[in-house]
Parts: sequence; C-alpha cells; structure tokens
Amino acid sequence: MTKFYWNLDQTGKRCMLSGNEAAARGALESGVQVITSYPGSPSVQILECLAAVGEEHGLYAEWSINEKVALEIAAAGSFSGLRALSVMKADGLNVAMDFLTTLHLSGIGAGLVIVVSDDPGAHSSIKEEDSRYLVPPAHVPLLEPSSPEDTKDILIWAFELSEKAGLPVIVRLTTRICHARATVTLGRIRAGKHSPRFPVETGFITAGRFHPDAHKKLDLAREQFASSPFNRYTGPEKPELIIFASGVSYVYGLEAMERLDVGERVGILKVGTVWPLPEELILRNLKRSERVLFFEEIEPFLEDQTKILAAQNWDEVGPITFLGKRSSDVPWVIKPRGMGEMDPDITTQALANALNVTFKPGEGQLREKTNCLPELDLPLRFPTLCSGCPHRASYWAIKTALELDGRDGVALGDIGCYALGVLPTGYGTIRTVHSMGSGLGLASGLGKLRGMGLQQPVIAVIGDSTFYHAGIPPLINAKNTNSQCLCIILDNDTTAMTGHQPHPGSGMTAMGETTPPVPLAELINGLGVPLTVGDPYQVKETIETILDLLQKGAPQVLLLQRECALKAGREKPAGRVYVDQERCLGDACGCSRFCGRVFSCPANIWDEEAGKAMIDDVLCVGCGVCASLCPQGAIVVESEREKNDPGF
Amino acid sequence: MTLDFDPLNIIISGVGGQGNILASDLVSRAFCEEGYFVSVGETYGATQRGGSVVSHIRLSKKHVYGPLIPLGESHVIVGFEPLEVYRILRDYGHDMVRIIMNDRPFYPLDVLQKKNEYPDIKKLVSLIRDLATDLKIIKATELAKKAGHAQAQNVVMVGAFAGSDWIPLEKNRFLEALEETFSGTNLEINKKAFESGFQAAL
Repeated sequence: MTKFYWNLDQTGKRCMLSGNEAAARGALESGVQVITSYPGSPSVQILECLAAVGEEHGLYAEWSINEKVALEIAAAGSFSGLRALSVMKADGLNVAMDFLTTLHLSGIGAGLVIVVSDDPGAHSSIKEEDSRYLVPPAHVPLLEPSSPEDTKDILIWAFELSEKAGLPVIVRLTTRICHARATVTLGRIRAGKHSPRFPVETGFITAGRFHPDAHKKLDLAREQFASSPFNRYTGPEKPELIIFASGVSYVYGLEAMERLDVGERVGILKVGTVWPLPEELILRNLKRSERVLFFEEIEPFLEDQTKILAAQNWDEVGPITFLGKRSSDVPWVIKPRGMGEMDPDITTQALANALNVTFKPGEGQLREKTNCLPELDLPLRFPTLCSGCPHRASYWAIKTALELDGRDGVALGDIGCYALGVLPTGYGTIRTVHSMGSGLGLASGLGKLRGMGLQQPVIAVIGDSTFYHAGIPPLINAKNTNSQCLCIILDNDTTAMTGHQPHPGSGMTAMGETTPPVPLAELINGLGVPLTVGDPYQVKETIETILDLLQKGAPQVLLLQRECALKAGREKPAGRVYVDQERCLGDACGCSRFCGRVFSCPANIWDEEAGKAMIDDVLCVGCGVCASLCPQGAIVVESEREKNDPGF
Repeated sequence: MTLDFDPLNIIISGVGGQGNILASDLVSRAFCEEGYFVSVGETYGATQRGGSVVSHIRLSKKHVYGPLIPLGESHVIVGFEPLEVYRILRDYGHDMVRIIMNDRPFYPLDVLQKKNEYPDIKKLVSLIRDLATDLKIIKATELAKKAGHAQAQNVVMVGAFAGSDWIPLEKNRFLEALEETFSGTNLEINKKAFESGFQAAL
C-alpha cells in the first residue's frame, strides 16, 4: 500500500509524502518511542501512520481520550527517558494547555515534541485559531516548516532542541502542509531503544520558584535558533525590500518573486524558528532594508513580534516601513470558510503593490472570454450527511419532536459529523456548535434557567467519541444541579468525522489490539442519570421517546445507537430498497416530494421521466428509514437487513 | 520529454466520495518516479460525502513548488463532474487549458432539495468546450461499470489522462503506480478501468 511509503527503510529514496506522513517519518528518524493523539483534522494521519508500524519498530502509540491526557501520556514517556510525540489540532492544544503550561517549570526528560495543526481557511474546523499565541504563556519554543520535506527535517531538529533546552517543543503545521504531498528524500530510520525509568530521586516538580529557570531555558533555545538551518536568507545583500515569511507562506513568497521576476530587487527570510523570536537573526535582517513585508498564515504573529523587537532596538535598526496585515498591505482575503489562509496570488499581489509593479491575478484571454459569457447560476455544494447516516434519522426525530412539543424547544450541538446539523442536511436542528462537549454544558446551564422563567425544552446532542472526550463532566454537572435537560448521545460506534478511529467504547486500541470496552450505557447508569436506549432508524418510536423525555423534570440521557453508515456499508452488503412507482403518487401526493426534497437523503432522487420518486441504488445503503416515513408507503424494503440490530 | 510549461499545473476536480485523492496520488507518484519535482495540494476539508474536492498537482524540472496553483494557471483539468469542471475552469483555467471530463452530473443537495437548479447539461458542456483549447469527454462511469465497479471511474479518468498525449510520461509509469496501490481482483478491475480510459482518450 502507498500508505507505507513513508515507512520504507531506504535511505535516499525520493517519494511522495504528505506533510502528515513526513511528520511521522521525521519522528521515526528521531527514534521516537511514545506517540499519542486525539483525532483532529488536518493532522489525523500522523498517529495512524505510527500506530500502524508500532509493533515493527517497538513503539507505543495510542488514541488518548482527549488532548490533555494525550500530552500527559507523552510526558510520561519523556519523564522516563523516551522520546515522545503528541499530536493535536489547535482546538486540542486549548484542551492540553492546563498541563502544557506547567512543563516549563517541571522540566522534561527525553525530547518531547508536540505537533499542533492549525487550519487556516477552516477547511475542517469551526474556527481559524492561530496556536502561536498560546506559546508565550506556555514558555515553549515553536517551529514552523514550509513544506513536507521541511516537516520531516524539522521534526528531527525539534527533538534535539527539546533535549538541549529542556523544554517541550511545538511544531506548528497548517492544512497546506498536512494535506499537501510533495517529493521527500527519506533519511535513516533510527529505532529508539531506551529502557524507560522514572527518576524518583529528582521527580518533575512544578513550582513558581522555577520560573527564572524556564526563562533561562528559553534563552538556550534562542541560542540554538541563531544557527538553525531552518532560518535562511536568499537575495541581494541590500534588497529594496525584504520579505519575512513563515510556514507555507515562504513558498508562496518565493513563487511571487519568481512570477514577478524581482529576485534582483527583493530578498526573503525564511523564519523556521518563530518563538522565542531569534532576535539576532531578525535584527541582522532588519538592517538589510528599510521595507519589510510579512507573509504568514492566520494572524500577524511574526509581524507583531518583529515590531516589538524593532521598537526595543529602534536606535540600531533605524526607520523601517512594515508592510503586513496590520497595515493592510497584505490583505485579509475572505474565502468561503475563513480569511486566514494565504495563497500565491495574495503574496504576488502584495509584493507587486509594494514594488509598484502591475499584476492582476488570473488575468488572461480565458478570463476575458469568461466575462463575456452569460451568468450561469451555479448551485453550491455543501457537505451533506451520507446516505443512510443515522444522524439524519436522529435529526429528523429531534426536529419533529420539538415541533410536536410546541414549546419553542432548542437543540444544541458540538463538533463531529453531527455538527452538520446546523446545515440544511440536518434541517438546521442544532443552534449552537462551539467546542467539544459544549452543547451539553450549555444545555446544563439553560436547564437551570427554568427556575428563572425559561419555558423552552432543552436538548443537547453529542457524539460517542466526543462524549468520552468532554461530555462526562457536563453530564455530571447537570445531574449534580438537577438541571432539566435531555442529553441525546448520537452513538455510531466510532470517531466518524476524522475517519473511523477507535474510542474507549470500541474495544480496540490504535495499535489494533483488543481491549475491554467502556460501554456508554454502563457509564451513564453508573452516574445515576436516567437512561433510555433507542435505535435512530426507528424514527417514530424515537420521536415518541423524545416527546416523553422532554416532560421529565430532571436530566435524562437518550442513547441512540446505530453504526456509522459509511463504516457499516464497507463491511456488510446493503439490503435493497426501491420505490414502487405504482404506489408513489408523484407530485399529486401533496407530500412535496418528501423523501428527496424534505428528508433529503442523497439516495432519494427524482425520476423526471416517470414524475415519481426513485432510489439511486449506487448510493443507497438500505437503511429503510425513508420507507418508514413515506406517507404513501410506496418505498419497499426488500430484505429487512438486521432491522433490530444496530450493528454493534 | 519536456513540459509545455514549467511548472505544469494540473487540477483534478470532483465530489467527495468520487476518489479524487487516489487519482492525484497515482498521477503524482508516476511523475515522482520519473524524476520530476512534484507537489500536490488537496482541498477536501470536512467533506465526507457530497462536497467539492479539488487536487492541485504541480510538476517541475526545477524545484518543488507550493501546493496551490495560482488563478488562471491550470494547464490541464481532469474533471469527474461537469459542474465542478466549470466552476474550476472559470477561476483557474489557463488560456491554453485542456480538459478531460466525465460528463455525468452528480447533483448537489441544493438541487435535490429544489432550492436551486442544475444547469442544462448541454449548455454547460458547450460553455466548457468554448473555453478550452481541447476537451475530451469520457463516459467514465459507464466504462468503470464495464470494468467491474462504478467506483473505478477515477482510474478510468487517470487512464484517459495518460492516454491524452498532453503529458510527457510513459503509460508504464502509471501502471506501476496502479500495481503498487492495488492487488488481487481490485488490481484487475482497476487495470481494466485504466486501459478503457486510455483507449477512450487516444
């Protein structure tokens, strides 16, 4: 499988690796022994890669219950003398912060590297968080690679830096690194063979009195930065303008210089060691030119840090014009899901403007021809819940129950496939999506406002993996405060959004070993919260159950169990479902094409010729939910595949 | 062989679930083995099913380029879905853009929910033809079904790309990449799919 290219034991081999695979390779070439993560896009594949070869290389890899625990497991490895890696998306770093902000005080053992993936453009996130701002309070160095190849190399250097400075080191990746692929030359795999031992004599003690030591460690890191191979200046000795760039923006900056052919006039500094700012290097390069242009993704972090340093050394560097996001010389370009992502047109335009060169992105004969064409209304393509997705059935039941209840009830959600519940595919059922588990926390709060006059029934939906990650404390809170809310767990037996990773209920570890599962029902029963279990595919029963539970005066849990349709579809053949066009009344029915237009499962399509509903047998997974909802009973489920077996 | 452009920029576009990423993986590995500097940028985000998916592939003899193609700079578009081709073409098409397209529509949810209409397919294809230097239409879904599985339309399209004579790479490079990726029955189906696409594009 191509997936294992990154694991080839062929030093010098050139192959295509994604940024994620390159990070895994870098860790392997560093002799990493402990790897932990909680699944989060865009960096999911790093742990998947390393877990898949864990046995071969004698590594320990786990999907931890959340990012804070993941970092603690990795730190346990580091404390015991093993190099350790923890991987998380920006949202996860927030979760891990409480622990991370103690490590500069306690110190570490062997190298501890944290890969944090930011998502400029929010391609697979609900926000564009720039995790670089979390680094100063944590007192840990941060590095930014600019390509997959650079990622592999920077991982190796990060482990060395971590050990020299005695601090964890963060490597910040972004989506255009993680989800890019490029030619990478493999180095030698170095299997870590250290035997773990926790140094009982010294321990790892956190205390405020060690704060000065932490600052000394940061100075040590800064010293290493001065000679780092990941900082590089290219250009004339005294350019008309110098670009400071970090991450993938460096490559976009190089391309801008090439497109405008201004290599004689402009220099570019690649800043790979971003925090603590490599002061000597930055000052040296500030003296090259009176104009500095910044290219970086999401917020102007490097820009601001540089300005602080320049202000501190104003007499040495003299007057400088800073061109960046603060001055609008690098514009915030608003894209479909965010405004933090850079691209080669933004950099070229900004550089052209700064040099007074004419440039218009995308201009050409084709653009002129396109402009002459009649305006064609192009339907957008929003992500949809898959055909047969149990969440669709759950959302239909929740939406219908809240309407029938008639008290202006509200459903709140959070992060996972079911976040699509805010979109038309989930009928706009959920009205909040913030962070892992936050729907339940908010519901616990709203439920207490009842005593102050709130009339609306309150539902929180939460996925199974999210419930383990961050749902247990707010549920205990609701129980403890006797908050009147209904928690509906959408249990599809996997971490679906990020590609079906196991969780504590799965009975399977990241490395493929079986383990005793922690069943949700037992967990909830153990908390003493009243529990009802249902199957979302039984829509009518689910609606009735929800209506009933909304009348209760204490917190309730409804556990809706049905395996993810994508996962089930891969493992089991679909039962055939079809429309009996004799019975379907078409537009004469008055149902407004319920199955396709209203319930809107992608497999429920319209037969234009017959003027009747039909089912796309390529997409249909045979769940039969539409059959139970068709007002004419025109949809036939031929083989009633394990109707009462939710697939667990 | 030489490239018409350096970097040569190729976009593969489709809809979540159509196998965009496997196709870009095959193409990029084939060129990497030939000694090119290759970079690929995948845009798929949270798309499980039904969202737009775009792969940018950049080939060069000079160095590795960034993962995103600038606007108006795509020299070849390999499109699995006509609406997505038109969307990409308007923004990214180079003056000399050449296109290989599966013309089978994949309806967005908006269309199924009757909030929007899918453009008239004949009109859409003629607009694409007017804008492109060359357009090859491949009945990839039907060819894939004949090869053994509708899902193999992506490999039919890679075959058509290989057979297009627009790119400086031997057929065998693609077959090697296929053989590394699949085994057993899947390999047979995909080799058939590749060959049918290759022939259709000649």
